[in-house]
Amino acid sequence: MGAPAMTQTTPAHLEYVLRLGDAALIHGQRLSEWCGHAPVLEEDLALANMALDFVGQARMLLSHAGVLEGKGRDEDTLAFLRHEGQYRNPTLCEMPNTDFAHTMIKGFLLGSFNLLMWSRLCGSSDEALAAIAAKSLKEARYHVEHTGDWVIRLGDGTEESHRRAQAALDMLWPYTNELFAANPTDDAAAAAGVGPAWSDLAEDWEKAVLAVLKHATLTVPARTPFQSYGKFGRHSEHLGHLLAVMQHLPRSFPGATW
Amino acid sequence: MYTQALDIPPGEQPKRTPDAVENAAYQAEFDARIDAGATIEAKDWMPEAYRKTLVRQISQHAHSEIVGMLPEGNWISRAPSLKRKAILLAKVQDEGGHGLYLYAAAETLGVSRDDLTEALLSGKAKYSSIFNYPTLNWADVGVIGWLVDGAAIMNQIPLCKCSYGPYARAMVRVCKEESFHQRQGYDALLAMMGGTDEQRELVQDAVNRWWWPSLMMFGPHDADSPNSGQSMRWGIKRISNDDLRQKFVDATVKQAEVLGVTLPDPELKWNEARGHYDFAAIDWDEFWNVVNGHGQCNVDRLAARVKAWEDGAWVREAAVAHADKQAAREKAAA
Ligand SMILES: [Fe+2]
Ligand SMILES: [Fe+2]
Repeated sequence: MGAPAMTQTTPAHLEYVLRLGDAALIHGQRLSEWCGHAPVLEEDLALANMALDFVGQARMLLSHAGVLEGKGRDEDTLAFLRHEGQYRNPTLCEMPNTDFAHTMIKGFLLGSFNLLMWSRLCGSSDEALAAIAAKSLKEARYHVEHTGDWVIRLGDGTEESHRRAQAALDMLWPYTNELFAANPTDDAAAAAGVGPAWSDLAEDWEKAVLAVLKHATLTVPARTPFQSYGKFGRHSEHLGHLLAVMQHLPRSFPGATW
Repeated sequence: MYTQALDIPPGEQPKRTPDAVENAAYQAEFDARIDAGATIEAKDWMPEAYRKTLVRQISQHAHSEIVGMLPEGNWISRAPSLKRKAILLAKVQDEGGHGLYLYAAAETLGVSRDDLTEALLSGKAKYSSIFNYPTLNWADVGVIGWLVDGAAIMNQIPLCKCSYGPYARAMVRVCKEESFHQRQGYDALLAMMGGTDEQRELVQDAVNRWWWPSLMMFGPHDADSPNSGQSMRWGIKRISNDDLRQKFVDATVKQAEVLGVTLPDPELKWNEARGHYDFAAIDWDEFWNVVNGHGQCNVDRLAARVKAWEDGAWVREAAVAHADKQAAREKAAA
């Protein structure tokens, strides 16, 4: 990817790309945990498909981040050899699968965000990022459609599925505050034309999400003062366990290539 | 993957049903078509025993694909690079896809996927016993691709010309993907063998554990395969278990040499007179123990499938309930 390695990369630019890469990495890792255990065979294939999309996005984004950083770190060094506090994914990505409702609600909330994000990033001043966005946008359309259909089926299905979908929404909704929290990284990235300030996406996101939740007969939880800080490197307790599993081999065999 | 021991359980000879006897003219026509190497399609008349044999074989094969997702799935979350994670995810997804085509092929014979799933979960139906061995280190993923998918290809290539059309066509597609899996598995092992001493030890350890179970995938010796003769006559089976096993050994020895691993059989050596490699006797007690439920992972594998199915019940019910509501709303609006 023709990243401008010779021009100066700002820390905000790197941080912005790392955030996208880590979000894809951690969400993909969670989705991949379903493989072989889904409620129905077709869903095993669909979940694996989405996991593959996110792992693919993570590879492109982390490779690009490595180039921007210019310290010779590749996708795997970034994916496997950082400490917990160095990951920049929103906390929502690392939340456990819990049940199928949690996975679909989470996938839908994140997917709707990604859809807006990639469509804006197609016009990024970072050409490599714009190219990744163009590819990822197509994938995000499918993710939103697939998870959105399930949100509706579960919300407007049986009493039990409604109860589970509502519980998942209640649990995960507060973590969406974090997506839109304003911060200097976003301001700098937006000023440089790298990508939108995430807070700018809040209104469109909410509109898109609420329409589906309404169709699903789910009650949108009231906003609370709850804040999480994953994208700033302060995560939930869940991330450490996810990383312990994911990083196990590269950390156990230092210097090995696979 | 993955067929094995097409005649499990042993001793269950297909019976001529009254139906088949009553249709003596059809039977003669069927036999003539089989003899001429023609393909039987779903809409064609077929003897009940032929149908039953196919349902059993195709469903065992489908179940094997599904259960086969578990041992390798065990390593997806721990894959050591993002490239290997993506390759493994795609592979396990392919196996699920194979299960899907095979259930569809079985459904052309008048059984439902739900009934077949029920038979698997209740422990009535068999699946390939290779999946009742544990995956203990990352090299197991590569070795499964190389040896287990490799053995599956040997077993399945003749099935691409099987007399039953829907099964034969499913096999053509499946075999293409299996050979891709085999190459990717071998490639992962080459990377490890080119790495550190510790990595090479992992590969050798995995080869030591998977070699004999891979040879068992071809099923009992021909002399102990009571159903093979009938399957051969019906064009469901084209090459005998022992011939396929020999072909596999002959092909694999050279690949092991290139890789730089030792196959765990001191008696393995080229026999100039036979034009084949000789190998030691297979431990059939181990084979039958695993087939009969006493392998290391039989309980875990089935429990994982049962848990996925039971945990997913409310999801499947929700999908049906929602579709019913939608249909009712559309009807009311019309
Ligand atoms: Fe397969
Ligand atoms: Fe395979």
